[in-house]
Amino acid sequence: MTKTLTLPEAIADLVHDGDTIAMEGFTHLIPFAAAHEIIRQRIRNLTAVRLTPDLIYDQLIGAGCVSKLVFSWGGNPGVGSLHRFRDAIQNDWPRPLEIEEHTHAGLTNRYIAGASGIPFTVMRGYLGTDLFHETKNVAKIKSPFGNEEIAAVACINPDITIIHAQQADGNGNVMLWGIVGVQKEAVFAARKVIVTVEEIVDVFEPRSNSIVIPSILITALCVVPGGASPSYALDYYDRDDSQYVAWSDTSKDRADFAKWLESEIFNESAAK
Amino acid sequence: MSTDNSVTWSSDEMMTIAASRTLQNEQTCFVGIGIPSTAAILAKSMNAPDLILLYESGTFNTNPKSLPLSIGDGELAQSALTVVSMPEVFNYWLQSGRIDLGFLGAAQIDKFANINTTFIGNTYDSPSVRLPGAGGAPEIAAECKQTTIIVRQNLRTFVEKIDFVTSVGFGDGPHYRQNNGLRGKGATKVITDIGMLEPDPLSCELTLTHLHPNTTVKQAIENTGWKLKIANNVKTISAPTKEELDKVRALLATSGKN
Repeated sequence: MTKTLTLPEAIADLVHDGDTIAMEGFTHLIPFAAAHEIIRQRIRNLTAVRLTPDLIYDQLIGAGCVSKLVFSWGGNPGVGSLHRFRDAIQNDWPRPLEIEEHTHAGLTNRYIAGASGIPFTVMRGYLGTDLFHETKNVAKIKSPFGNEEIAAVACINPDITIIHAQQADGNGNVMLWGIVGVQKEAVFAARKVIVTVEEIVDVFEPRSNSIVIPSILITALCVVPGGASPSYALDYYDRDDSQYVAWSDTSKDRADFAKWLESEIFNESAAK
Repeated sequence: MSTDNSVTWSSDEMMTIAASRTLQNEQTCFVGIGIPSTAAILAKSMNAPDLILLYESGTFNTNPKSLPLSIGDGELAQSALTVVSMPEVFNYWLQSGRIDLGFLGAAQIDKFANINTTFIGNTYDSPSVRLPGAGGAPEIAAECKQTTIIVRQNLRTFVEKIDFVTSVGFGDGPHYRQNNGLRGKGATKVITDIGMLEPDPLSCELTLTHLHPNTTVKQAIENTGWKLKIANNVKTISAPTKEELDKVRALLATSGKN
């Protein structure tokens, strides 16, 4: 049975220094509130896995929580650069950041192998590119059923996966809909799972493009309305594009970023 | 700005319109944000109403009325036939070879249409400028039946040797794709603010085949960091029509507004 906890309780109980953590949500349903709580609890040395680091990991990286990043596209969608990510890679600030870089398809397949309980899976990709030579956990193998050469990618099994969803029901099952990215794979691949939700409802209504995550897969459930902002929760609130655009200025300079951390994260009134 | 009697347009508008005209009805097109997205949505309102758009966020056969800021905007999800998971996008649609056309951008491109979106300057481990990286581009370049690259032409971007091969065009020549198991045809068009380049059928080297109205071969040569091949008969792409310009501008006015 899923435990219902406050977000600070869930992060304190389940996220530890040195963990491999996946916080997924492709543009939609990004678990920002949970990341902010991780920053607030000053958790360190995380190996942070995510297809698109987005603002959420830019903030974790800038705050010094991450020692290794496993990712596939590190930009501010539609806006430009992630400055904290760049400053960490180019200048080791606030600490050196080891990277393991994939393609979206490659990292997706690493989650699939992890979710499926197999050591690796195969895919078409990487071969012929320079990424093949720079990236760990990718290899070339020959098909056992013919002569074709194909890429293999290692499974990934995060210590903890955190996602945000629209709803949970009274039994701790979770429903999300709209763009669902790799959340299901990231949940199945993980040893422990935290889900933050907009609200708890009595019964789920049928919806198009929805998936249900049964409570037996979830370690802790937290009710956090607005927990995906400034990304969005379909049918609850829109993406705050202005915050994505403003992040470019907020994050460009280390001192401005430090001010943002102080006023938006560490300030008592910013904590929920 | 270019002038054609009373009508003027920007180089971005020209690139968008030129890219849009290459799209065909009933094709399935893998789209990214920016000019590719604008071109694809424009094509759906002009020459290719039944074009099927797939964004890597999983929105399949989407019909946005405004330009999204990000590939996962609510507008794309709500106007889609269906929204599919990332495994379905990459493994079942792209990897299986079901996508006709992919649109790509580039920070650097070489004469074999190989693309760098990973870093500029120094080394991979210690880059001068770190760029976002691969995303969906390598598999789009590998597995779409063909790809169109949309990129501004200048000496910073069109270079003799790119710093990192993020996505493969034709590698080092004609057999590279086959030798590495890349099944699509590769970059069949490169649309720039000066004109259009296409790979030579034998050597695969990018060759200037078209100019936009009011651009010159000299400009193309001066903005290319290698000795650019020029087709024997360089054609001129026709100027944007008033309808095309009106529609592009109306679309751009909706940018980021759902």
